[in-house]
Amino acid sequence: MLVLIIDYGSGNIKSVYNSVKRTLHNFNKFSEVKVSNNLLEIEKADKIILPGVGSFDQCMNRIRKIKDLVETLKNQVITKKKPFLGICVGMQILANYGYENQKTKGLSWINGEVKSLKDSLDNSQHLKIPHMGWNSLSINKNNNLFNNITTNDQFYFVHSYFFDIKHKKNIICNTQYGINIPAIVNQDNIFGFQFHPEKSGRSGLKILYNWLKLS
Amino acid sequence: MLSKRVIPCLDVHNGRTVKGINFVDLIDAGDPVEQAKLYNDLGADEICFLDISATNERRKTLFNIVSKVAESCFIPLTVGGGIKNNADINNLLKSGADKVSINSAAVFKPSLIKEASDSFGCQCIVLAIDAYKDQSNCKSGYNVSTHGGKKKTDIDALEWAIEGEKNGAGEILLTSMNADGTKLGYDIELTSKISTEVSIPVIASGGAGKPIDMVNVLNKGNASAVLAASIFHFGIYSIENVKKEMLKYSIPVRNTW
Repeated sequence: MLVLIIDYGSGNIKSVYNSVKRTLHNFNKFSEVKVSNNLLEIEKADKIILPGVGSFDQCMNRIRKIKDLVETLKNQVITKKKPFLGICVGMQILANYGYENQKTKGLSWINGEVKSLKDSLDNSQHLKIPHMGWNSLSINKNNNLFNNITTNDQFYFVHSYFFDIKHKKNIICNTQYGINIPAIVNQDNIFGFQFHPEKSGRSGLKILYNWLKLS
Repeated sequence: MLSKRVIPCLDVHNGRTVKGINFVDLIDAGDPVEQAKLYNDLGADEICFLDISATNERRKTLFNIVSKVAESCFIPLTVGGGIKNNADINNLLKSGADKVSINSAAVFKPSLIKEASDSFGCQCIVLAIDAYKDQSNCKSGYNVSTHGGKKKTDIDALEWAIEGEKNGAGEILLTSMNADGTKLGYDIELTSKISTEVSIPVIASGGAGKPIDMVNVLNKGNASAVLAASIFHFGIYSIENVKKEMLKYSIPVRNTW
């Protein structure tokens, strides 16, 4: 199995790489993880991870700057149905639009818009923004992603915008921070985590393992 | 519900930890990598490195340390000390740091926080404020100091925090220079003053002596996280002791035991 992490200048790629590498110890020795933005490598990959740190508009701009990257991803993920995981902003840009700094068109792979938490929270609660730190998931669906994971497991979040999903069927679970915030989203072979599995300790490694085990 | 974070801080000088953890099972008590791993295993929610090296040359060893820690600790790493510009930040983030804390450099060059936040995102920019009580200050009663508290400024700590948030800091690491090292508890008044006026999270620092001190600054000071060094290093209290005390007072924690 070749897991490919897309390098488009997003900050936390090394942590994602380290955590996937650690998780792959549990798979056969032919499994490997690479970091690249080479389109041929992406075509060879069995699973694709799109990390993301920074703002929606900045991430989209960086992705579009790499020639034919969006087309290649579409071909591999939408047409060929390769397993795909977007992390944090890497998940948010799956939306139709994002409103961070300016209205920006996303990849439109999962219907919904990425909106400001500040505008959506009830201010009387004085909740801090960013939503930063460890939070649990409201697990109410049977899903292989949750093998060995309970509501006691916590995951590391850091974000000021959230994915306002249009169709409920695309939400696998939420996290609670004043409102329900989609924490794991899904459409067919496409998954997105709002939290950082690479920064979520043992719980994060467990969920990465579960995702790598899917299909 | 979002947990309140417990963050051990490691002071690193020329690649070695200054205050070692007195744990027998630690092979090398002065090795920051070993210590970070231990804290990770013991349930730290984040790890903070504060580099107090004298020269830039020696500071480079920090990149190695951060990079090694990031290979085995899958929790957020904050690195501070001597960060002067975007190039320093870029090097640290590339090494595996998740956040950088900027202290004195922001005072000398107030545009630094904005530049850093615009380039790397607010989630990784922590504004570190070393505040001290000042009688002549009639605004918040606290001023900002630099150089680890050695140099005092006449900048009001509260105004500085508000400006930091405006410029794009994602978090404030607030150290009370009066409480620091006393082990008599955090400065609740200071923490509360700053935390209620900014909408970004505030990490309380300085003065932790007992787990109940953490409870108090979280409950009364409205802090999002607590940072401590010596009470953890010397094995007086474990992270688990602190979290169990927090649970007694119904403060949400990440259960790691």
